[in-house]
Amino acid sequence: MSELLKHPGESGSADPTPEEKAAAHSRRSFLFKMSVLLNAAVGAVMAVPLAGYLLGPTMKKSTSAGGWITLGSVDNFPVGETRLVDFDSPAARLGDGETSKVACWVRRVSAQQFQVFAINCAHLGCPVRWFAQSKLFMCPCHGGAYYEDGSRASGPPERGLFEYQYKIAGNALTIHAGGMPTLATQASCSEKSKPLIQIQSANDAAGTEAL
Amino acid sequence: MADLKKRTVDAGMKAYGWLEHRLGLIKPMWAAASHPTPANNASWMYVFGSAATVLLILQVVTGILLALVYSPSASEAWGSLNLLNHNIALGWYLRALHGWGSDFMIAIVILHMIQVFLFGAYKFPRELTWIVGVLLLLMTLGMAFTGQVMRFDQDAYWGLGIGASIASRVPFIGAPLVHLVLGGPIIGGATLSRFFTLHVFVIPGLLLASVGVHVFMVLRHGVSDWPMPGRIVSKATYEQEYHELTQKTGIPFVPDAAWKDAVFAAAILFAVMACAFFFGPFGPGGQPDPTIIQTAPKPDFAFLWIYAVLAFLPPSLETPVLLVAPVLGIAFLLLLPIFAAEGERHWARRPVAVLMVSVIAVTLGIFTHLGTYTPWSPIMEAWTADAVPVKYLHDRTPLERQGAMVLQDKQCRNCHSLAGAGGQRGPALDAVASHMTEDQIYRQVLQGGGNMPAYGNALNPSETKALVAFLETLRGHDLAPAIDASRTLASTGETHTSATPAPPQPVQPHSATP
Repeated sequence: MSELLKHPGESGSADPTPEEKAAAHSRRSFLFKMSVLLNAAVGAVMAVPLAGYLLGPTMKKSTSAGGWITLGSVDNFPVGETRLVDFDSPAARLGDGETSKVACWVRRVSAQQFQVFAINCAHLGCPVRWFAQSKLFMCPCHGGAYYEDGSRASGPPERGLFEYQYKIAGNALTIHAGGMPTLATQASCSEKSKPLIQIQSANDAAGTEAL
Repeated sequence: MADLKKRTVDAGMKAYGWLEHRLGLIKPMWAAASHPTPANNASWMYVFGSAATVLLILQVVTGILLALVYSPSASEAWGSLNLLNHNIALGWYLRALHGWGSDFMIAIVILHMIQVFLFGAYKFPRELTWIVGVLLLLMTLGMAFTGQVMRFDQDAYWGLGIGASIASRVPFIGAPLVHLVLGGPIIGGATLSRFFTLHVFVIPGLLLASVGVHVFMVLRHGVSDWPMPGRIVSKATYEQEYHELTQKTGIPFVPDAAWKDAVFAAAILFAVMACAFFFGPFGPGGQPDPTIIQTAPKPDFAFLWIYAVLAFLPPSLETPVLLVAPVLGIAFLLLLPIFAAEGERHWARRPVAVLMVSVIAVTLGIFTHLGTYTPWSPIMEAWTADAVPVKYLHDRTPLERQGAMVLQDKQCRNCHSLAGAGGQRGPALDAVASHMTEDQIYRQVLQGGGNMPAYGNALNPSETKALVAFLETLRGHDLAPAIDASRTLASTGETHTSATPAPPQPVQPHSATP
């Protein structure tokens, strides 16, 4: 503010005269206060849809995204083996490019029984790899390991691998695939009763833990 | 000739007068730049803040230039980075400048913070300057993390997965938070778009505005004077003392003190250019295809220490530590000047401050170093790539050699090394038989324990027998094998047909348990 101009109503003294007090309660200052209120109201009306737009992705339940995806004929999966399968995420949208692809591990336990594991480690989501000889899934990030049935074997994960719901329709293996599985979100429309966070103890093996 | 010169100068002055009468900014800006500052802070220790600002400008300029070509779309980002690297003239150099500029900026910001902390410059009346500075550090790290996502490769993809997995651990709002971070149920186009928005619009806007506030407060309170032991900061007297010091010893900041800032900033810019030119841009690594699982994701340098900490936290502690420790750390930094606004400034009188900086620096250094070679990660190719050393196969029985085959085939080497080759997740096996007895090895292999999975289901009895037979031959430089003292006692008490392979050495009370 230039020193040439004084604020209207500004005077040198500290305590205002009655005239100055009255000026502070003028029609103009009342109208100004009303205009501030008006803008606050307009701002609030404006903010609601903006916040709704911003928070849009949080509104949908993770289980509602996605759908059933066929992984191919059950004959592709020999009993007793665990194989890597790729599919396109049913939750993919325009512009996802390669990131719409998803991989999962399919384990055929018996003729009619399968286990379909998410690729994501239950620790921090890195892609686990299957080693058929030692029957272990190993994670490259922090060394999490899982047994062939997906249960926790060792390392920092606090639970076993995430699983997809599957069904066998005719001769085809179908899974329900949704979002990226984490400790709070489901890979699939799996049953609600199972808590996502389940801290499993390492091994219950007793005795000395050498080294 | 002299007349021409005079006329030129006059015209220049007239133009300046015309501009300044309308703009009114040149005179106050010059007054701010040449404000008097105590002569004792015209020091090489006071150059980090201005260097950080110069690096910020470099990042803005190179960032704008990269945005001319970069495509913030999940289907095109990786390709556009390769286009920059290989097809656009000097695109690689711009990417390298931006990448190295980022690393240098983090380093300089942290140096600036350490200097201000050790010099006690955050004390009265500069508390708010420090608090805004802490926010600037967080925003700088935020730029580094979102920038890593811009390099939309495998590491960026799985790094986002790690971020989402951490967000999922927040109680009650974990699921909505994951979807807010990712912009949907999966990592994809929406994820890259929102990190692009953060990296290019939101954080830079806040960062530039906060730098403005930060610098304004530096000018308002003056650059802190050089601390002296025994010169106590008191709210009652400090400003008066600073004012007197400035009147007595003051020199104009520009040019008498600022030349050091300028020289240092030039040196830093030169170092960024040299690194960019000689070491080139960062990545991009493999394409962001989540079905390519032959990858070992790793964050950028500034976040390696977090990556390392995440490997060491026990499962039951991980969520509490992940969610509580950052809040406490940031709260400590923000509240520090409120609770330590007065008192000694000199580091020689603040042993706790010096100790804290040392401990934090060493801790972060160790974790970062661990993060560079990730000893906790299995080496996925070791079982096929690293053969059993020939010296461990000499003079071995067929059963023991078969055991060496089992050791390789069952991926033991992914976590255990022999002669320095193999994973470091578990202990090296070169001398395993000299500190574990045969029984203990059997138990460990079959039942697991510690950080080792149980192999009882993955080994049949003959494989187990062969494997343990081979492991029993691994005794380092022919150390004595670990023996079970009680077994020798028991066998000597009954018969002399001892089953233990222990050679008849003087029995030491050797305990195999750690």
